[in-house]
Amino acid sequence: MGELSSPTELSRRGLLKAGGVMLVGFSLAGPLAQKVAAQFGPPPGPDRDKIDSWIMVHADNTATILIGFVELGQGATTSLPQVAAEELDLDMDQVKTVAHETEVTPFQGGTYSSSAIANGRPQVQRAAAHARAALLRRAAAHLGVAVEALVVEHGVVSVRGEPGRSVTYGELVGDRPFEVTMDGEAIPKDPSQYRIVGQRKARRDLADKVMGRFEYVQHKRLPGMLHARIIRPRGQGAFGAPPSLLSADAAPLADIPDAQVFRQGDFLAVLAESEWHAVKAARLIESEWDIPASLPASRDLYGAMRDRVASTNVVLEEGEAGEALHRTSFTAETPYQAHATMAPNCAVADVKDGKARVWASSQDIYALRGTLAGVLGLEQTDATVQFTEGSGTYGHSLYDDVAIGAALLSQNFGRPVRLQYSRENEHGWDTFGPAHIGEVAIACDAAGKLSDYEYAGWQHSWAFVETNDQLANGTPARGWPMGPSRSVNPAVCGGMYALPRRKLVDHVLNAEDWPRGAWLRSPLDLSFAFISEQAIDDLAAQVGMDPVAFRRLNIADHRWQGVLDAAAEAAGWNGPQVSSSDGRLRGRGVGLGTHLRGWGGAVAEVEVDPESGTVRVAHLWGALDAGCAVNPDIVEAQITGQLVQTVSRMIYEEVHFTPQGVTTLDWNSYPVARFSDCPEITPVVVQRIDEPSSGAGEEVMAAAAAAIANAFHAATGKRMATIPFTPERVKAVMAA
Amino acid sequence: MDTIAITVNGERHELAVDADTPLLYVLADTIGLKGPRFGCGLAQCGACSVLLNGQEVRSCVYPVGSAAGAEVVTAEGISAGGAPHPLQEELIAAQAPQCGYCYGGMVVKAAELLEANPSPSRDEIIAHMDGHICRCGTYPRLLAAIERAAERMRGDA
Repeated sequence: MGELSSPTELSRRGLLKAGGVMLVGFSLAGPLAQKVAAQFGPPPGPDRDKIDSWIMVHADNTATILIGFVELGQGATTSLPQVAAEELDLDMDQVKTVAHETEVTPFQGGTYSSSAIANGRPQVQRAAAHARAALLRRAAAHLGVAVEALVVEHGVVSVRGEPGRSVTYGELVGDRPFEVTMDGEAIPKDPSQYRIVGQRKARRDLADKVMGRFEYVQHKRLPGMLHARIIRPRGQGAFGAPPSLLSADAAPLADIPDAQVFRQGDFLAVLAESEWHAVKAARLIESEWDIPASLPASRDLYGAMRDRVASTNVVLEEGEAGEALHRTSFTAETPYQAHATMAPNCAVADVKDGKARVWASSQDIYALRGTLAGVLGLEQTDATVQFTEGSGTYGHSLYDDVAIGAALLSQNFGRPVRLQYSRENEHGWDTFGPAHIGEVAIACDAAGKLSDYEYAGWQHSWAFVETNDQLANGTPARGWPMGPSRSVNPAVCGGMYALPRRKLVDHVLNAEDWPRGAWLRSPLDLSFAFISEQAIDDLAAQVGMDPVAFRRLNIADHRWQGVLDAAAEAAGWNGPQVSSSDGRLRGRGVGLGTHLRGWGGAVAEVEVDPESGTVRVAHLWGALDAGCAVNPDIVEAQITGQLVQTVSRMIYEEVHFTPQGVTTLDWNSYPVARFSDCPEITPVVVQRIDEPSSGAGEEVMAAAAAAIANAFHAATGKRMATIPFTPERVKAVMAA
Repeated sequence: MDTIAITVNGERHELAVDADTPLLYVLADTIGLKGPRFGCGLAQCGACSVLLNGQEVRSCVYPVGSAAGAEVVTAEGISAGGAPHPLQEELIAAQAPQCGYCYGGMVVKAAELLEANPSPSRDEIIAHMDGHICRCGTYPRLLAAIERAAERMRGDA
């Protein structure tokens, strides 16, 4: 028989709100955590200046690399060992990794904004170079020669020209600590010496994933564990207006003898010994909610956004406008879009005796540890988070929210708890990529040289507080400050062109008034490029120039030139190639874009059926310059995934809501690209082995979005001013 | 509680479970398999797919009571003796998955096709697989790997 537990956590809730303790409960995630880390030092964990925090050398002449970045399906746990093997002169099969955990692996910052290789490579390089230098010093002493006389292969150090005089890394260190603090003296290898970095190496996790052996966080089981489900209204309303639980009736659970109910504030959950009983209990429990009508209906969204601007900020203003013979302006809108992870988020927590251990698929386990410590009333050092892979997440989905819920439940019941979200929880309460309105105005001179550029964006920032913390503790909604990925992006809004004058403006909405926002792969960049690059094409047409030639004329630097040329060459660019047959209109378009770093160029070939309004992307070519591509095969896979996901976001994806909440709650109401929607995909890696790595997870989506929009225009002569390109919208624009 | 006998990957299990329990929870929780994975609980995405007497079913909605006496095969069991199925070898060779979560279902769905049709056209493969979502967008490498596996199983390659 289920029994309604009474709220027991009010005292701690009061404590958390009582001033000084607040910082402990302060949820720090992402770039802000880095900022705080820069100010106060890294969070508690292994000392990042000690070789031993990064590298262990074993007696069998293998090494273990401790990596502070998580595997999200992007291959970080293969590419970073490649970097280590390269610097240490080991083979790939001599390098192992361990699970990423707050007390074990060093803090490298959260795994977001394509940072794992961009930031992780120099960190791992530094540690491995120092380890190699320390090993060579010891080998020199052991062999009685100068360091300069030594060569290393496969972890065997020998005297140059005397291969018989040798000693292995394993013999020199053999499972003992280095006890060396990095002094910054060791210099990483020159890229001309690389034999592993820049090579295609097979990913280490794929065989288990294909064979059905891989353990995702969804598979984690502990002895004595309870299975839990949360109960909430079906879809979220505004971030700042969470629902209130009026009553919960456990009587319908009478037939599930192991079912239990937990309530803390407005946080409601059911638990059972078996997962199926928890699922049944979640279906049967009756709960009444006060759900404020806190949103505009999604069809009124953009008007409401214009009406509710809280502040207007100039992001960037520079230069003097040149001669403006041709002008164009364009306004367009993009909706909320969801992470829509394949696996609804899940976490397992074991909280007892004042200690918490949590298995979660968070992209930032250090920030999550801080949040959990606050929510549970523990010191950070009494909480441990072990990263355990979930499905691909493409940004900040509900992995931290589910971990908070699991931890609250485990603390209350004194048993391990596995909280698994349902599909409806995931779609209905996701932290969405925010909606956007953009207005761009651009001018060029008679020769087609750009002379002036202005972009104004309407959008809100991200949700700083997770829903379970709001519901359980009454923690007030709070938005992130505006900043990179939330503001109009200088890299995408004109950054690829040489511009005499540029002005970028944010019209900022209060995050609390809208559905929860968060970073969704290449945050807002698809929107910026969709809007800006259509205007660039329009100017090219006014001047009478080919869109690729017009971009070449105005390009900012050789990196942008490189991806434009690579995409155009791969596609055999020969103009927009407009044609029609069988009632279908075809055309090609080009686009440029990136995220914060990196350079992306794309060409799309699109087919439009004006009768049915269906749009099919037939072929997408995407070129990415990510600096040094450590593993070009993984980068090609990342480009491919980005291009397919861009098709999905351009053609299908839109979160719908009524004033009371989100209504797109499954794969039918929120469709995404399937096999039959997948175009021919041509990924192109622009390899720059001598350059720093700049990240490859999200830098070609904006370009692809722009290319699709421009190809639609080439095919139809019409400009789409919103996404996704649904049949209704396409038919309306064709009739206009 | 009911007693239900099913054969999973060649091994017979007698299970004390409620007959209305979806097969997925029995496979994942009671037997401890990791091939079929929870994705939606609505039979919409295919992450939980298994073969039931050779036919693909969505285990997240298929009651274990209806599977009594049946032969269930998961991604772990599509080839005898634990060696990889040619399809799995080709998926690894192509480095097809990214997060890999959907592959537990993709593998059995593609194996079902290759069993029934050794020479599927590209359109036939796409039509057969279209009910399975891959959010990472790995369709191109997945498609190429299925084609290569079909060639190999026919002995063309």
